[in-house]
Amino acid sequence: MAERSFAKEVQRLKLGAGEQFHGEGILAVAKALLQSGVSYIGGYQGAPISHLMDVFADAESILGELGVHFEQSASEATAAAMLAASVNYPLRGAVTWKSTVGTNVASDALANVASGGVTGGALVIVGEDYGDGSSIMQERTHAFAMKSQIWLLDPRPNLAKIVEMVEHGFAMSEASSTPVMLELRVRACHMHGQFSAKENVRPAFTLAHAMQNPVRDVERIVLPPANFLHEQEKIVQRWPAAVSYIKAHQLNETFEPAEAGALSDIGIIVQGGLYNTLMRALELAGVADGFGATQLPVHVLNVTYPLVDDEITAFCASKRAVLVVEEGQPEFIEQAINTILRRAEVSTRISGKDILPLAGEYTGQVLHQSVEQFLEQFTGKARSAPVKPTLAMDAVPVRPAGFCTGCPERPVFTAMKLLQREIGEFHVSCDIGCHLFSILPPFNIGNTTMGYGLGAAGAAAFKSVTSGKRAVSVMGDGGFWHNGLTSGIGNAVFNNSDNVLIIVDNGYSAATGGQDLLSSRGAKKMRSTHHKIEDAVRGVGVKWVRTVETYRIKQVKGVLKEAMTTAERGPKVIIAQSECMLNRQRREKPLFAKAVASGKRRVRQRFGVDEDICTGDHSCIRLSGCPSLTVKSNPDPLREDPVATVDNSCVGCGVCGEVAHAAILCPSFYRADIVHNPSRWERTCETLRSTLIALLQAGAERRRRARVASQ
Amino acid sequence: MSIRPIRISINALGGQGGGTLADWIVAVAEAAGWTAQATSVPGVAQRTGATVYYIEICPPSQREPVLSLTPVPGDVDVVLALELMEAGRAIARGLVTPDRTTLIASNHRIFAISEKSARGDGAYSSSRVLEACSRAAKHLLVADLESIAQKHHSVISAASLGALAASRALPFETNAFREAIAKGDRGVKQSLAAFEEALIASAEQPLPSTVGPAPGPGPTAAQLEQLPASVRSVAQVGGLRAADYQGKHYAAIYVERVVRICAAEAQLGQVSDWRFSREAARRLALWMTYEDVIRVADLKIRRGRFTRIGAEARTEERQIVRIVDFMHPRFEEFCDVLPRAIGTTLANQRWARRGFSKLFERDWKVATSRLRGFLLLGTVSALRPLRPVSRRYADEQARIEAWLESAVNAARTSYELGVEVLRLQRLVRGYGDTYSRGLQCFSLIMNELPRLMEAPDAAARVHELHEAALREDDRALNSLLSRSPAG
Repeated sequence: MAERSFAKEVQRLKLGAGEQFHGEGILAVAKALLQSGVSYIGGYQGAPISHLMDVFADAESILGELGVHFEQSASEATAAAMLAASVNYPLRGAVTWKSTVGTNVASDALANVASGGVTGGALVIVGEDYGDGSSIMQERTHAFAMKSQIWLLDPRPNLAKIVEMVEHGFAMSEASSTPVMLELRVRACHMHGQFSAKENVRPAFTLAHAMQNPVRDVERIVLPPANFLHEQEKIVQRWPAAVSYIKAHQLNETFEPAEAGALSDIGIIVQGGLYNTLMRALELAGVADGFGATQLPVHVLNVTYPLVDDEITAFCASKRAVLVVEEGQPEFIEQAINTILRRAEVSTRISGKDILPLAGEYTGQVLHQSVEQFLEQFTGKARSAPVKPTLAMDAVPVRPAGFCTGCPERPVFTAMKLLQREIGEFHVSCDIGCHLFSILPPFNIGNTTMGYGLGAAGAAAFKSVTSGKRAVSVMGDGGFWHNGLTSGIGNAVFNNSDNVLIIVDNGYSAATGGQDLLSSRGAKKMRSTHHKIEDAVRGVGVKWVRTVETYRIKQVKGVLKEAMTTAERGPKVIIAQSECMLNRQRREKPLFAKAVASGKRRVRQRFGVDEDICTGDHSCIRLSGCPSLTVKSNPDPLREDPVATVDNSCVGCGVCGEVAHAAILCPSFYRADIVHNPSRWERTCETLRSTLIALLQAGAERRRRARVASQ
Repeated sequence: MSIRPIRISINALGGQGGGTLADWIVAVAEAAGWTAQATSVPGVAQRTGATVYYIEICPPSQREPVLSLTPVPGDVDVVLALELMEAGRAIARGLVTPDRTTLIASNHRIFAISEKSARGDGAYSSSRVLEACSRAAKHLLVADLESIAQKHHSVISAASLGALAASRALPFETNAFREAIAKGDRGVKQSLAAFEEALIASAEQPLPSTVGPAPGPGPTAAQLEQLPASVRSVAQVGGLRAADYQGKHYAAIYVERVVRICAAEAQLGQVSDWRFSREAARRLALWMTYEDVIRVADLKIRRGRFTRIGAEARTEERQIVRIVDFMHPRFEEFCDVLPRAIGTTLANQRWARRGFSKLFERDWKVATSRLRGFLLLGTVSALRPLRPVSRRYADEQARIEAWLESAVNAARTSYELGVEVLRLQRLVRGYGDTYSRGLQCFSLIMNELPRLMEAPDAAARVHELHEAALREDDRALNSLLSRSPAG
């Protein structure tokens, strides 16, 4: 079960012609795929396109009605290879992933499908995880488009435009026999907007048709001599076909001023995805209004690769200067435009990264300042003064991402931190997933991360036989099934590694939004789950395997210590299990409330800290970092340091108590068991017990008062 | 006059429900026929990070508006900050400007990990941010929206929507906001209750009060009279604490010590505000009431504690609360409460340690609200009369006397240095490893003191060492000590 349910929203995928769609960008893309008559969909989840996968997972019945096949692919490579279905058959297919990381994984298959070319429309929807909120290396998908010659769409962030470009994407792919990528930036994916819907289209040619009438064309397969032919085809046929499609359907847009004015002889060329931000910048600079009316011409590249030479030269020819607004680096588009103009002998001055920052996200503020600088340089228009904040950024604390309240991965790192105190520090190779938060405070554990599923591979060079010490690597269940089983564990077995690997098995691909995996333990109708990680690990030849429950800190620490010190040779794999708390709460909370409401006996647990016993050292926080374990001002007038406290978000996971015990911290932690709907017998006992205790307490209270009373 | 879309920024932490709040605002606008666009940046920021939801809404118009996806500094009409430091962050990012921004901020705090994990007090200044709020915003509305939400078992997004409606920053009727909530499918009743209370609370702005309770009459009134007025109030609280800890006699020892310190300060010949004596009175009370198993047991079984836990668990009638305490008694702590000679002898016996470990040194989960657990802790707390002859008592009293003497000596060199030496008591606290480590740091600094006293900036140096000792990295203090030149 994914973190967010779209069960209600997916009903909007059924909207018919002329009906207004209101909703998230991702959902609009899903609707556009169905309107385009897509036959199959695949992909791998990851922000910002996780929700696209979740939407389809929740919409399987709707997809079924339309005869659309949907798969949660094992990896981006799997998804890209799926496009093979469009090579020989007129089948439209769409796949999606987080870019550039997913495109990295997919590039082998992508390069193959791009080389041979396609018959049916093949669309890759990439969530460009760049700028604010991104969790990956800052690179451009544009480079992949160029190297494999895959066309790249970058539509204006306007739902109607995005939907239109999805439809064009398929048609353009078919017109040019080339796969097409549609790039969506983070905010566009999560943008709420509206558009006028069309009917969904049932594919005329189905997957069944294809399977019943197989087509073979050896010229579509990347093997000599066809591979040399493909390169020629790309240049001689497919590229010109794409360019004429773009021109014929006016995919790029030019917005001219309503009447020619002082600013008509300069202009801006912008990537479609940045159009809205640019327009706000122009509005703030006083040369546009809030409805797209502009005093200087703007050419919008809804297709950023390939560029259309004629359009570029036509736009630039009559102008003194043109600003190219292109996010990320290197500035491929700006370089290409300069080449185009030079070849056409157009002498227009091209500005770009000489004014705009070379690297980093082009936010409203950045574009505002840069546009004003451009205007000043070429028209002498004065720049406005930048806003001076009345508070310095250092007045507020940074908030690094961390494990959720009650997260089962936290205790693994508590155990690791405690073990390091005992046996000294060791090298830790991390992976991608929630567990990577270990590198941040309060744990500060982890030396490198080399990519999804590559935690164990990242420690491959460290042969512990000679050093007397073992390296530890961490891998999540998501990364394990993505590729870690072969790239990490198989590799370690084959190469006689002596290192230690911890697989954090929380039952989901948690960091991407809690999607199911092979080893998920929930019952799924549409998927086959319950395939144990331990079986897979033993299957590739690991002898030393231990499975522990993450919340048992002492046990985890003990097993880890054993793995670090045992004389046994070969890789040592620890599977640390406990269900992702977000998912667990989402499942159990409503059930609990329902049971309590219907009068059933239920016990809720929460932890607390005795404020008069806590001395304000906060060791417990340094070993936990749970959001619900926080501080409050000390109620004791003599003490200055804040005391630890557990707030109401506590889910009673028990780590606080485990930490207090395992680290021998302090006796201020307690657990309160709150019994809802106790039985009559229980209540009677309780009354008796509490009366007795109250009597004893009253006596103690009397003696205490006598002790402190005035003389 | 052209129409200007309204720009709204929600600055929140992941998990606060900023997305729900954005959805409600979009629903209100769309219900009125406006065009609405909302964006957010989920992802890892969702896990405890700071995150921004940005909304633009535009009244019905012939032309389609081009709405931005990110807030631009100086160009935001409404900022909803769901936590005080996030209000500060919005200001620091330039999103709140006096010419246009209505700032609605919840003044509650969710501490960042760096603030929580500090050994001492790592909290950022709230007053600095509040002050910036009042300077940066055109209209400011501050309320504890989190408390309002909690009171109604709801979430802060509902209370924030109430504050937004009350602010009149958006041209929609209050009922339109109510309807947006009512159309939801979960916790509608609670959300509406929180909305209504926030609506009222935002109209009248109460100021938070920080005045603590006044201390009652002390145990040794006559002696206290001898003290200067400004020291007396602290000593009164300290005396009460000592009496609560060990009885009247112990309180008398405490007051006698404070009197002694005052006399020493008077002899310093400086006209002072008795800062040294006040610091001493406060620190001395804390040290004299050091935490041992007797103290812990005593605090665990008190009536007030049971009431407090019941309140924190927010129990309702017909619910039972059971308390389970997590303890891990160590051999040292056991020896600590034994009579001095026995405790010391035993502490050095390996067989005793082994035997004890087998019998007691394990993870105790004491069910304090059950009779057995209660009586167990009651028995331990009843050992109080034996404390004055215990091993730890003798050790602590000796340390206290030495510390006071050093402080007075230091104050003779430099008043500030004396105060800094007193402040070092802060390091000696807690249980188990925390206590041993703290005591070790304290001793290291105290040993360095004679040499430090010769330096002109001795007070600053001690302060620096004190801060280093509070850092998580044990090497901080040692490296500072090793490079500290003699004099």
